[in-house]
Amino acid sequence: MENKKIPTRMGDGSLTWMTAGEIRADIEEGTRVAAERAKVPPLDEAELGHLLEIFASASRFTGVDIGDEVVLTYDGVGSQHIGTRIHDLQLYEQHLGADSVELYHPDYSFKAVKTVVPYEQGVMRQAQANVTVPLNYGAMPDLGRYTQPDGPVPNWSTLMPLGKIDEARAAQEEAVEHAVADMVYVCDGMLEAGADGVDFDTAGAAGDADFLAALRAIEAVRGRHPDAGIQIGMASEFVLGMHGNLEYEGVRLAGLWPREQMKLAAKAGATIFGPAVNVNTGKSGAWNVARAITIVKPCVQEAEIPVHMNVGMGVGGTPMAPWPPADAVSRSSRALVDILRLDGL
Amino acid sequence: MARMQITRGMRLPEAKNYVAGKLGVSVLDLCDSGVMYEVRGQLGLGRFYDSESTYPAEPLAMEAKFRIAELLEVPINCVGRFRTLTGLAG
Repeated sequence: MENKKIPTRMGDGSLTWMTAGEIRADIEEGTRVAAERAKVPPLDEAELGHLLEIFASASRFTGVDIGDEVVLTYDGVGSQHIGTRIHDLQLYEQHLGADSVELYHPDYSFKAVKTVVPYEQGVMRQAQANVTVPLNYGAMPDLGRYTQPDGPVPNWSTLMPLGKIDEARAAQEEAVEHAVADMVYVCDGMLEAGADGVDFDTAGAAGDADFLAALRAIEAVRGRHPDAGIQIGMASEFVLGMHGNLEYEGVRLAGLWPREQMKLAAKAGATIFGPAVNVNTGKSGAWNVARAITIVKPCVQEAEIPVHMNVGMGVGGTPMAPWPPADAVSRSSRALVDILRLDGL
Repeated sequence: MARMQITRGMRLPEAKNYVAGKLGVSVLDLCDSGVMYEVRGQLGLGRFYDSESTYPAEPLAMEAKFRIAELLEVPINCVGRFRTLTGLAG
C-alpha cells in the first residue's frame, strides 16, 4: 500500500505517478521553501495532513464541503470566439453558474481600451440589460505599454543595462502618470455606463511602478465612485523592484509579499484583493499548492477586505497549461479554500 | 454574496449571513440550487431566464436587479442609471 503509485499532476499539467510518501515529501518541501523565502510560518501538521488527503487520491474531481462554497470572480469571461461578448457573459451566468462576470476587451490593457471606451460603454449598457449577476469591467495596468517605441516614455529595460539608472527611474515615474490618467479615464467611462465594478488585473506585472500606478488609480476611482466595486489581482507573489525606490503611503513597494500588498490595496480603496503565486512547472501540483498556501496564509489571516486568490493557469497551484486538467484545478481550488478560508477565487 | 463583497467589501462569512438574513433562509440554503430556485422565484430575484422567459411574470435581468437592490439595501449602478434615464428618479 505504501508503494502504490497515485496519478497526480506536475506544474505543467502533465500526469505523473507518485507514492503517498513522495507526495507528502513534496508538500513538506513546498511549505518549507515558501516559509524560508517569504519569511512566514510553515503549514502545521494538520494542514499538511489535509493536503496529503486531497492529493493522495486518484479521484477525477474533488471539492469543498457543502456549505463551504466561495464566491467566484473573473479576470475576463468567455473566449470571445463564439457569438458575441454578451453571449459569453450570459453563458457564464446561466450555464456555468458564475457568481459574477467580467466584460473585457481582447487587448486586455487600459491603454489600449482608452481609445475604444465609447464602444465598450455601448456593450456594457447592453450587457447590463441582460445579465443579473454583478458585471465588472477589467483590464491590466500594463505599464510596459508606455515605453518607446510604442509608447511615449524611454524604455527602462534598455536604459538599465546601460547603467542609466536615474533615467530608467524617471521613465517609470513618467509612465505611472500616463497609466493612472488612462485607468481613471476608462474606469470613469465604464462605471458611467453601468459597470458594477472595475478590475485592475495582473497588477505589478512590470514591477513596483506598475503596482503604484494601480494603487493610485484605485485611490482616484474610489474618490470619484464611492459605491463602485474595485478589484485588484496581482501578477505574482512578489513585487519586483524595477524602480526600487517607489512608495505608496510611506511603504516601499519593491519586495512586498501578499499580506502587505493587500493592506495597501485596502488602503487605496479596493473591495476585493487577489493574491497571485506563480507555479513552478518542474515541481508537482502538491508542492506548488503547499507553497502557494504558505505564502498567502498571512494575507488572509489579516485581510481587511475579501480575498479572491488567483487560481488559473500558472498561478495558485493550478498547472501552467492552456487547458488545466479538472483534477488539478479542483484539487488546488479545494486546498486553497479549505486551508486558507478564502472569501473567493 | 458577490454583490456584497464587490460593493461593500464584506468578508465571506459576513456576506453569507447578511444575504441569508435578507432572504429569510439559512446560510446552507444559499448554496442549495433547489432551494434557491424557489426562493428566487418567490422574491422575483430572477432565475435562469433562457428557460424562464416563457413565463411573462418572471422578471428578467434589469427587473430582477431592481428587486435585488431593494432587498439587499445595496446600490446597483445600472439600476440607478435606469431610474435616472427613465425619469423614475426623483
